[in-house]
Amino acid sequence: MTAAFARVPELLAQHLLLAFAALLLGIAISLPLAVLSARHRGVARLALGLASLIQTIPSLALLALFYPLLLSLSALVGGGIPALGFLPSLLALTLYALLPILRNAVTGLVTLDPAVREAADGVGMTRWQTLRLVEAPLVAPMVMAGIRTAAVWTIGAATLSTTVGQPSLGDLIFAGLQTQNWALVLAGCIAAAALALAVDALLGLAEWGIAHRRRALVWLSLGLLAAAALTALAPALPGPRGVVTIGAKGFSEQYILARLIGARLEAAGYTVRYREGLGSGVAYGALASDAIDVYVDYSGTIWTNQMHRSDVPPRAAIVRGVADWAKRTNDVTLLGTLGFENAYAFVMRGDDARRRGIATIADLAREAPSLKLATDIEFLERSEWKAVQRAYGLRFAEAHPYQPTFMYRALTSGTADVIPAFSSDGRIAAQDLAVLQDPKGAIPGYDAVLLVAPRRADDRRFQAALRPLIGAIPVERMREANYLVDRDADKQSPDAAARWLAARLGR
Amino acid sequence: MPDPLRSVAFDGVGKSYPKGVRAVDGVSLEIAGGSFVALVGASGSGKSTLLKMVNRLIEPSAGRVTIDGIPVDAEPPHLLRRRIGYVFQNVGLFPHLTVGENVAIGLKLAGARDRSARVAELLRLVDLPEAMAARMPDALSGGQRQRVGVARALATSPKLLLMDEPFGALDPVTRDALGKAIRALHEAMDLTTILVTHDMAEALLLADRILVMEAGRLVGDASPRDLLAGKGGAAADALVAVPREQAERLAALAR
Repeated sequence: MTAAFARVPELLAQHLLLAFAALLLGIAISLPLAVLSARHRGVARLALGLASLIQTIPSLALLALFYPLLLSLSALVGGGIPALGFLPSLLALTLYALLPILRNAVTGLVTLDPAVREAADGVGMTRWQTLRLVEAPLVAPMVMAGIRTAAVWTIGAATLSTTVGQPSLGDLIFAGLQTQNWALVLAGCIAAAALALAVDALLGLAEWGIAHRRRALVWLSLGLLAAAALTALAPALPGPRGVVTIGAKGFSEQYILARLIGARLEAAGYTVRYREGLGSGVAYGALASDAIDVYVDYSGTIWTNQMHRSDVPPRAAIVRGVADWAKRTNDVTLLGTLGFENAYAFVMRGDDARRRGIATIADLAREAPSLKLATDIEFLERSEWKAVQRAYGLRFAEAHPYQPTFMYRALTSGTADVIPAFSSDGRIAAQDLAVLQDPKGAIPGYDAVLLVAPRRADDRRFQAALRPLIGAIPVERMREANYLVDRDADKQSPDAAARWLAARLGR
Repeated sequence: MPDPLRSVAFDGVGKSYPKGVRAVDGVSLEIAGGSFVALVGASGSGKSTLLKMVNRLIEPSAGRVTIDGIPVDAEPPHLLRRRIGYVFQNVGLFPHLTVGENVAIGLKLAGARDRSARVAELLRLVDLPEAMAARMPDALSGGQRQRVGVARALATSPKLLLMDEPFGALDPVTRDALGKAIRALHEAMDLTTILVTHDMAEALLLADRILVMEAGRLVGDASPRDLLAGKGGAAADALVAVPREQAERLAALAR
């Protein structure tokens, strides 16, 4: 459990900065909007309507929406706008923070005793003086209550910013969920909840201070919050020169390989940071825009998702094609293949496959209408699935997406009969699963490839540190390493699995 | 600072609203400096609207209002209002400020530095203990609150005092006491006072001149003595009839 908390301080600082920035921006936008809304009914209807509408969008979707939005915006102005990391997280969380502040401020302003306004006019206050001397102090407690709500929401939703490449306490939760390391999930949850409670308590103190005219209390609580923000800011200040960011998608193999790469780079004298739990499409975009320096992807993924190719040439041709395309289009360097393939492979329970006489996808197509398919979250949207459907005419009775770890649970427990597993997965051998052959070659090759960001294209020391990994990991070794993390008993951390793997690199 | 405001004149003043309602309809009259005028009429007769056009809480849609011959819209409204005292039925004390801060708000807007001595003087003027300056408005009775309202209106030493049903929410005893206090302040500070009330008895007892309004028009203009003598016109007579009859019945009871 103490190991799980080791990364909390660093992530807590990032989390706090993100949430505070969003909250401050939210306040800066919603307060003037509230004043305007209180004076013009049309503005009120529009602003509150929009803010409520945003609130109905799930926060994860809101974060996801900003990625393509910023990407096209960046393309429109000729690049330079980061579509990943801090900016999209900030914007999404800011939108989320608007409603509670706006609603409370507008309600406070429109329900203000009209006699007080008449008196303010009567004694000769200007509009600005009325706002400053009368309206602001009278609605302040209500606005503070709105800010408290917004703060708690923002801190909670900030855990989701992990998925767009912004480090937060969500890193722990997502990594823990993937590797079934519940201590990690718990550490992330406890830290996020504690942060929310602490900020809420301090803001509550400020609210009480305002309502009871205790200036000192208000300054004390706001001062403590500012001090917390400054403390969080301190480690983020030194320039990122010499700091390497390693990306990882959200499954065990990626966590292990990221640690393996990280250990080598640290040994070569680099300071290493990790961006883990990135979405599949997000990861490549992050690399192309220099938001991460290096990560491992799979040739077929780039081939189908980024290059939109539907033909399936031999494995080596795909790797070559990806390397050329990536260099040409994004100045991304394909350093080489790691030596194993992690292809999508249809997998069934061994005894079940034998009983039904299924050995290939063609056999499967015959039985599929009475079988249930469980997939990972993206599979049903991927072109590989469509290619397989085209080639074999596959049609299942049911198809449900799961988190990868739960996908295996669904298969072994009999909730599902077939899953598209990864060929490097350690659970295939360990759980006696049958991998179905692909006689028509519908699924492209998925060689693990080491991709390097444009800004490291000419960094020889960097590439030299990574080159020993090329061709050094046979699929059996990777399966074993993965199983160290994925198995239920005597679970290892990705760090430990990476060390295990590092000691067994072959050439 | 310009001379204190004294006389008020209305010249063909009207106020109509988009739906065709005419709150005030072609009122012309002059109010001499130093007089105590009561504007009387039933609810909706336009008396409050007429009053609020003096300090521009309502803008006329026809005609013009002048003070000492200068149109009220010759300067930004907030500057005009700082030289006119305004007291209204709901008082509108600022609930987040102490009584003292409420009284001193006009002085603060005018940029005056040492305000506490003046606050004490004003509280004495409206018969409130000086110690009350430190209390919050919600700890006060209705009558005390309106006294603070009057002190606030008089803080910057205006010469024109506008009062819109100032005693409307008070019990009869408090009403009477506060009415007498206002009349005394009017004399002592040499004010021009315009009082809007629906209570004819109150108007008769406090004012030098009574203006009667009905459906937005001025239908009576007379001194209290002339009104009681039936010289104020039919509408005024109807209003005067009520307190007169009450007085007679009370007198009969006492006999």
